[in-house]
Amino acid sequence: MMDQDFWTYFFVVLTFGLYIGIAIWARAGSTQDFYVAGHDVHPTVNGMATAADWMSAASFLSMAGLIAFLGYGGSVYLMGWTGGFVLLALLLAPFLREFGKFTVPDFVGDRYYSTTARVIAVVCTLFISFTYIAGQMKGVGVAFSGFLGVPFEWGIGIGMVIVFIYAVLGGMKGVTYTQVAQYVVMIFAYTVPAIFISLIITGNAIPQLGFISNVRGDEISMLDKLNNVVTGLGFGAYTETSKSKLDVFAITGALMFGTAGLPHVIVRFFTVRSAKAARYSAGWALVFIALLYTTAPAVGAFARLNFIDTVNEATYIEDGENYEESAAAIVADGGKPVPLWYKDWEKTGLLSYEDLNGDGIMQYRGPNAPDGLENELSPSNDIFVLANPQIAQLPGWVVGLMVAGGLAAALSTAAGLLMVISSAVSHDLCRKTLFKDMNDKTELRVARGAAASAVFAAGLLGIFSSQLGFVAQVVAFAFGLAAASLFPTIFLGIFWKRMNREGAIASMLFGLVSTFSYIVYFKFLDMDPTHWFLGVSPEGIGFVFMLGSIAVGMAVSMMSPAPPQEILDIVEDIRVPGLRQALSAEPDGAAH
Amino acid sequence: MQEKTEIDGKGYWRAVLRLTLSLLVIWFLVSYGAGILFRDFLDQVRIGGAPLGFWFAQNGAIYVFVALIFYYCWAMGRLERKFGLKG
Repeated sequence: MMDQDFWTYFFVVLTFGLYIGIAIWARAGSTQDFYVAGHDVHPTVNGMATAADWMSAASFLSMAGLIAFLGYGGSVYLMGWTGGFVLLALLLAPFLREFGKFTVPDFVGDRYYSTTARVIAVVCTLFISFTYIAGQMKGVGVAFSGFLGVPFEWGIGIGMVIVFIYAVLGGMKGVTYTQVAQYVVMIFAYTVPAIFISLIITGNAIPQLGFISNVRGDEISMLDKLNNVVTGLGFGAYTETSKSKLDVFAITGALMFGTAGLPHVIVRFFTVRSAKAARYSAGWALVFIALLYTTAPAVGAFARLNFIDTVNEATYIEDGENYEESAAAIVADGGKPVPLWYKDWEKTGLLSYEDLNGDGIMQYRGPNAPDGLENELSPSNDIFVLANPQIAQLPGWVVGLMVAGGLAAALSTAAGLLMVISSAVSHDLCRKTLFKDMNDKTELRVARGAAASAVFAAGLLGIFSSQLGFVAQVVAFAFGLAAASLFPTIFLGIFWKRMNREGAIASMLFGLVSTFSYIVYFKFLDMDPTHWFLGVSPEGIGFVFMLGSIAVGMAVSMMSPAPPQEILDIVEDIRVPGLRQALSAEPDGAAH
Repeated sequence: MQEKTEIDGKGYWRAVLRLTLSLLVIWFLVSYGAGILFRDFLDQVRIGGAPLGFWFAQNGAIYVFVALIFYYCWAMGRLERKFGLKG
């Protein structure tokens, strides 16, 4: 561990220094720089930044572990969190870029000629972004406390200072280029151990191919072997799920449409030069995301197999014992000693073993174990990605890189969310609603102030939410709300001219209130799944209410006056590029 | 840019909608279709060592998503040229 501690500090300090260096180099000089990086980011660069922006601490640390335990049930995350980019590319991003403004509430306010609609969109944006950012700050705290022995609150504090420096100073421009660096750190940290684990288990160096290969030196496919092993221990088959088809469908839908409606993802497409660049940028973003997302199910399956192989039925070695001597004695007796990586990670609390039958051997069992033995092991979701380098017997520096990768994932997403929060406050709430005569310089100062306050609010939320431990639950909020409130309004605003102010307000309010109430009710008040509406879980309800929100928006629009001619002209201009020279090509201010 | 007013905006938009709709059909078929609704049927076939429906849900759909977006970029460029719009 000595060696590992050194490398962990080395990579964390090195990458943090890099992020600050980039921030100083990419200082924002105007609101346009601060909000949208001057509309001047290359599509491929923006794709990479979007990938880092999008892939959070949860994608990096928890997803593979989640899939390892859920098997086929984990597919909802894989399809949901990637399929949303198809919707973004085809239905939203290029049109919003053609519109040429700064924020999501900007579009809603202008398209629906209404300050009320703008303010409701601000409320949705802030609510979604704050729930999301709390989880990121918590991830930073966990990474610091788990690896460097720094107290949890201090870890969050260090994360806050770093984000503060590059987000407040550099704005979107600083965030964009740090996100590019963060993507490189994180994809390298993720794929290197995955390649080695794939080699160990299947003999194939490409994890995506190892996933569908045979086990090394055997005639049975890796997935078939995994199915045999887990069912033999009393778990459900890996390639099956206990969830209903309808619920899997709804959760996938909520995650897809939620992804497309997340303000911090949408706003990344405002930073490129044109609608065409926005389309390519979405494609590149998905390429970079797919690199990690197609590796994750392979890592999950390998890790589950490897975990059972090396830990189940192993003889436990107590902390006080000399590991080497005891392990040698166990092997001499024909037994299997608990692996060294297990002992190393046990200290973090991510793994725990309780010797229920007092035999000193670690039994890992599912709920329907054929041999009737009780389960004695409870590994957390995060352990599989984190312990991968050691399971694959990679050198200590890879572990250090892993920690830097996890921090990069959390910080890049946190920074993207901060930008959205600060622009919603300074641009939409202050300049466009409360103080309409504010000039560009004051707005930039307000934007920096808003970003700074948001950093502190996010840090406090991270500390507070970890004490309550409901971060996992509130993530359902972010996606459900984005799917049911923002997506329908933006989508109809582009594809249905008749959609008017009244329809937009009704649709957003319906989506916000219905999804909010459903999730709060079934997550906190009535936990009985048999009461779910149509059998759809709180995670998937955003999809159902999104359809409802579209219906409400259309019905209310038809019952109220059509939007004015100038709005119809704007929609026409967004749809057909080149018709609107004055608005889209102008940089800022004058054309508003 | 007054000379651009004779652009056939309606025809262009109809073509865009047709393209978008057909790509969304494929998007639906590979994820909700192959990965969820028809997965039991597809699982009778195997790709390497994985049941096909399961593979679509965990890997295959993502590859198709990437291809769909780049095809869309290319096809939109073609439409813009055909209707004489700026790129």
